[in-house]
Amino acid sequence: MKSTAAAGGGMILGFSWMASCQPKTEEELLEMPNEWFEINSYLKIGDNGVTTIYTPNPEFGQNVRTSMPMLVAEELDMDWKKVIVEQAPYHVSKYGFQFTGGSRGIMARWEPLRMAGATARHMLRQAAATTWNVPLEEITTSKGMLVHETTKNKAGYGEMASLAGTLEVPEKVELKAIGDFKIIGKSHKNVDIKDIVTGKAMFGMDVQKEGMLYAMIIHPPAFGMTLKSMDESAVKSMPGIKDVVTIKSYKDDFAKGGFDTNAFPEIVAIVGNSTWEVMSAKKKLNVDWSPFKAYTETINGFRGEQKVNIPAGLESTQIHKQKMAELAAKPGKVVRKDGNPEEAFQNAAKVLERTYSAPFLAHNCMEPLNAFAHVKSDKATISAPIQIPNFIIPTLSASLGIPAENIEMDLPRMGGGFGRKAYAHYVVEAALISQKVGAPIKLIYSREDDMTQGIYRPAYQATYKAALDENNNLIALHVKAGGVPESPLFANRFPAGALDNYLAEEWVIDSNITIGAFRAPRSNFMAGAEQAFLDEVATESGKDPIQFRLDLLNRAKDNPVGDRNDYNAERYAGVLELVREKSGWDENPNNLNRGVSAYFCHNTYAAHVLDLSLEEGKPIVDKVCCAIDCGVVVNPDAATNMAEGAITDGIGNAFYGELTFENGVPQKSNFDKYRMIRMSEAPKEIDVHFVQNEKSPTGMGEPPFPPIFGAVANALYKATGERHYSQPFLGDKRVLG
Amino acid sequence: MADFNLKINGKDYKVAADPNTPVLWVLRDDLNMVGTKYGCGIAQCGACTIHLDGVAIRSCVQPISSVEGKEITTIEGLSANGDHPVQKAWMEHDVPQCGYCQAGQIMSAASLLKNNPNPSDIDIDVAMNGNICRCGTYTRIKTAIKTAAKNV
Repeated sequence: MKSTAAAGGGMILGFSWMASCQPKTEEELLEMPNEWFEINSYLKIGDNGVTTIYTPNPEFGQNVRTSMPMLVAEELDMDWKKVIVEQAPYHVSKYGFQFTGGSRGIMARWEPLRMAGATARHMLRQAAATTWNVPLEEITTSKGMLVHETTKNKAGYGEMASLAGTLEVPEKVELKAIGDFKIIGKSHKNVDIKDIVTGKAMFGMDVQKEGMLYAMIIHPPAFGMTLKSMDESAVKSMPGIKDVVTIKSYKDDFAKGGFDTNAFPEIVAIVGNSTWEVMSAKKKLNVDWSPFKAYTETINGFRGEQKVNIPAGLESTQIHKQKMAELAAKPGKVVRKDGNPEEAFQNAAKVLERTYSAPFLAHNCMEPLNAFAHVKSDKATISAPIQIPNFIIPTLSASLGIPAENIEMDLPRMGGGFGRKAYAHYVVEAALISQKVGAPIKLIYSREDDMTQGIYRPAYQATYKAALDENNNLIALHVKAGGVPESPLFANRFPAGALDNYLAEEWVIDSNITIGAFRAPRSNFMAGAEQAFLDEVATESGKDPIQFRLDLLNRAKDNPVGDRNDYNAERYAGVLELVREKSGWDENPNNLNRGVSAYFCHNTYAAHVLDLSLEEGKPIVDKVCCAIDCGVVVNPDAATNMAEGAITDGIGNAFYGELTFENGVPQKSNFDKYRMIRMSEAPKEIDVHFVQNEKSPTGMGEPPFPPIFGAVANALYKATGERHYSQPFLGDKRVLG
Repeated sequence: MADFNLKINGKDYKVAADPNTPVLWVLRDDLNMVGTKYGCGIAQCGACTIHLDGVAIRSCVQPISSVEGKEITTIEGLSANGDHPVQKAWMEHDVPQCGYCQAGQIMSAASLLKNNPNPSDIDIDVAMNGNICRCGTYTRIKTAIKTAAKNV
């Protein structure tokens, strides 16, 4: 969905998504206006009423390029058929924090984007009132038309846009009541669908510019190593090779931000005329690496200034596991304590203790890391798939020695992100390479470079302990969790608040293997561990697993323990009740082969019921029924797609996802070894339901993901009679056992 | 370096390249046809799927020297107006999320339906198992293939 320039100027045709999915006929193509009038930084209106909406956040598949413009168009009272969507470039004063992550996009833009549409509508009405000399209050709008009923005056937005553009932008105007929405809440097709299915959608990887050279990097083969020396002689004379350079991503005194994580700041880059020539040279280059010494760095991130210890040495998964077992056996750092858990455990009729673990995971976005950069003296032009442009600008500025305001950045579509593209070291690398070779370059990571670079989901472990009284009531819960090198614990989440006696402890193990946000960080492990444990406690207590959770939530709602509980018990119970109804849970009292799981994270509630069967030992997911409370659902079919994807992704990671290390070397570097979920392993059916309410919308990218791990574990128990505690449940095996 | 005469999407091209260069990089770097994607380079993810004489192949491991005299079809040439039944079904079901793998998925699906106009679920699993979708749109892909099958 982009406007295409026609030869000779004048009339230009663009494509707009119509209600149907049929290919566009001639008359469905939008006629481009002769003149555009900018109303505010989010929209401009053409003299013929066609409206361009600039969508602020980068797109990585969550479909914000459709849902964000829908918010503007709704309040503008615009005809969606006459909307063209364009991606805004990075521009902090116009678009603020262009952050795609944390499931925050729609939540953060909910009011500002509607306000952008509403103020524009107000200005158009004002223009009409002035032109027709009638009171502003009497001007109504509908689908891009302005109407004054009594005088029978009528005009399209395009006719008033010229005058409206000269008016002062009001600070605040009244927004529509949710019940009056015409666009929000109704499914709208992905504005880029036609471009995607015809291969025209431009991803970061697809950027091609005049005179551009191709670059690839060589980073250390193991965590704990750094560049010692390199000998480019074998490579420099190879066909198409222009240069071999070393780069250092950060100046020595640079104060790193929370997303400047990079295990390999000193690397080698090969630059040449084509990707293949550079790839071929990469295999021939001689580079020596050496172990680095332990160091401490200061990181200024979301959690304030933190000192991080980076140990020396070549780490292995076996050693990590030993250390995890040692720390799990010792007292941890107490993060929350309610009541008297020690006494409750002493007096318990029964104590249940279980330990859950999960390995490191690589993000494996289908589009490997890449960036285009053209650095000229004191200017830099960047085009890169990136989740948080705002955070990398200061780093770029410091590393290049170029003022931040001289850095321009386009935000092409990302071929997946999942948190990985929030850590934009590759953009800094591209810029430094361009600066060093004095040419525009596109840096491409090979799949192997991408999978072995770090920023992984950490390896985690959690031990849960439950105390039951003689009537099988849960009287105390103790959780002790940790990870390499981050604890996954959320001490104030459910079931905290539902129990009189509760203890939460954590521990961490330092590591030089870099970690980063991975779809629902920490929650993606804790949800599975917690929900599998609660399931086992419910079974032990002889209670229905859904009713058991609802009873706890009722307690948390009516008489919560503590005042720091990080969830709304009523909404939490709401998704469980909805999934119970929609999955027909109560009609199937034995619920053979079914697992339930629910979780709250990133401001949205999600619950799943997963049906699993075994075919000669191979688990088949027959169906997942899912209930979500994310407030107002802006674009229902797109939100459903997100839930389906999160469910499938979660099932894949629960069964197969794993990255291990030996002597600092990641043991998988491509999809021949790293097992990803594939078509034949995907759920046969996914049934998604939303709680209907008028609460401000929250995100969909992450919340349906964490609880699916618990649903898989709990269904596996029902199908096999055995509990599964250690992810991945299948790994490289085809069958269980 | 050698010259190669290629027939891509019905048009003739001449390119100079190292004979071992995978077709993928000739398409992307030399001919600026960037709809075909790089995902793994070892024929494990399917993002680079094209048709060679009508059959789906992985262009990331297919040397340019092996395709002279053969008919190459890429996502850009699957249909003139984006109206191949598979593309239409993809639009109807709004399949993609990030979209990066979808050109490869569509090329695999089109090849499947060409040889098997009425595939069973297992036929679809077998034909599509080489195409990874990291976003997890498999259920929609399967539904779309079934819709397309009705319209082929």
